[in-house]
Amino acid sequence: MGILEFSDRDPCNAFITRIAEAAYGDGKLAGLAIAVKDNISTMGIPTTCGSKILEGYIPPYDAHVVELLKAEGAAIVGKTNMDEFGMGTTTENSAFGPTLNPADRERVPGGSSGGSAAAVASGMVKMALGTDTGGSIRCPSAFCGIVGMKPTYGRVSRYGLIAYANSLEQIGPMARNVPDISLLMEILTGHDSHDSTSINCPYNHTPDPDIHGLKVGVPEEYFGKGVDPRVASTVWEAISLLERLGAEIITCRMPSMSHALAAYYVTCMSEASSNLARFDGVRYGPPADPKRQWHDSFQDRRRDGFGKEVRRRVMLGTFALSSGYYGKYYAKAQSARQNVAADFSRLFSEVDVLAGPTMPTIAFRLGEKSDPLSMYLSDILTVPANLSGVPAISVPCGTVDGMPVGLQIMGRWCADEQVIDVAYAFEEGVSA
Amino acid sequence: MISEREVEHIAELADIGISKEELDEFTGQFNDILDYFDILDQVEAGAAVETGLYNVFRDDEVAPSLPPEEVLGNAGEKEDGFFRAPRVM
Repeated sequence: MGILEFSDRDPCNAFITRIAEAAYGDGKLAGLAIAVKDNISTMGIPTTCGSKILEGYIPPYDAHVVELLKAEGAAIVGKTNMDEFGMGTTTENSAFGPTLNPADRERVPGGSSGGSAAAVASGMVKMALGTDTGGSIRCPSAFCGIVGMKPTYGRVSRYGLIAYANSLEQIGPMARNVPDISLLMEILTGHDSHDSTSINCPYNHTPDPDIHGLKVGVPEEYFGKGVDPRVASTVWEAISLLERLGAEIITCRMPSMSHALAAYYVTCMSEASSNLARFDGVRYGPPADPKRQWHDSFQDRRRDGFGKEVRRRVMLGTFALSSGYYGKYYAKAQSARQNVAADFSRLFSEVDVLAGPTMPTIAFRLGEKSDPLSMYLSDILTVPANLSGVPAISVPCGTVDGMPVGLQIMGRWCADEQVIDVAYAFEEGVSA
Repeated sequence: MISEREVEHIAELADIGISKEELDEFTGQFNDILDYFDILDQVEAGAAVETGLYNVFRDDEVAPSLPPEEVLGNAGEKEDGFFRAPRVM
């Protein structure tokens, strides 16, 4: 029990809110500074989702994961910067200014959990929580050179996470090494009756670096068009290390990848168009004018409160669900999503895990991805795990031009333990 | 191709609020993005989507909930323990 003083400088703009004196308790995380992404509700601490529309909002309750961290004694030292509502791959779409990459402040940290990644990478905190809808934990982990994990869908409760795309997103741990990721998984997983998609699959595991005889599949599509050849060769070297550690490397195909990105964006935009309807200025956020007509007030509130990327996605999602277009976009996206799941299930009958790069390139320069579509395209290697719900981790595996590169490992549904073991074997293998 | 008029219509449907100056920018971007989404035309609609989803039921038991003053704590306009919203009619 005690108070942790947290007054580190924040040169990368990793935090939206900092708690100068954070209370902590007893337990496995006693007195440890932990940062929480600003779309996860924290009782008494402002929670903005990186948006002006939630300015001044103070949640009256803790998200389930925050309760679990506090129960183990963690000191919640602040709320980290993010792309507004998680919509972005750079953390530039924040109403609170961009977060900078600690490895090179001219570059983005990745997104949307860029603040959490920068806080961990710069040494301000040892561990952080992020959320991953289409790669939002793994991308910034790769770009900043830390470890980040998207757990199996349902293993970590989403209660208290401010929803963007419910069928895709998961809360997950970010840290500087695999054992810390494993420790957080032990604390965060388990059934929660407040989340109807929660599964009863607690994680009680100590990372085991023995991967003799493990079959590692490498989908050709993960080294296809758009992947920087220098990133590709760095990741291949990492995969060769897994082979030297006793794993069997098997190249394979994942044909559903050609439609995965479009399926992902149609799905998340559609879900966002419904989820973000709650920000009407009535229950929270800067208030609507009760003297005006509902639609006028609602439209003004959302035009002033949401940034452009959020409005683009809400409009495109509305379009994809509208009469006459539902069959062309949303229904086809669900078929494509099913094809991704079928590919994973076929591949996991032949191999134990899949490996490839987390991101096709190193971190972009600030302002480099000003065109929305070109930013979307950079998510191609991370969205398949979200579409099918399987666990995936990004672990640092080298640098290109001095910037970190991430090795991504994906596993079977609910085999987060195995994914962590492979990442641990790699981490230990590199330092050996 | 989607026209500026259609984008205005979507903005109206979505109640999102869009200014005249933004219309041109959004229309161009929507066309690029929707062109990319056309790749989904190649996907066979096939059989009905198997979601693997099933309902999770629980008993409707009374449990502790937040007191009204905390629920209303973040609202800008309230009256007699209720939220106050703009006129609908």
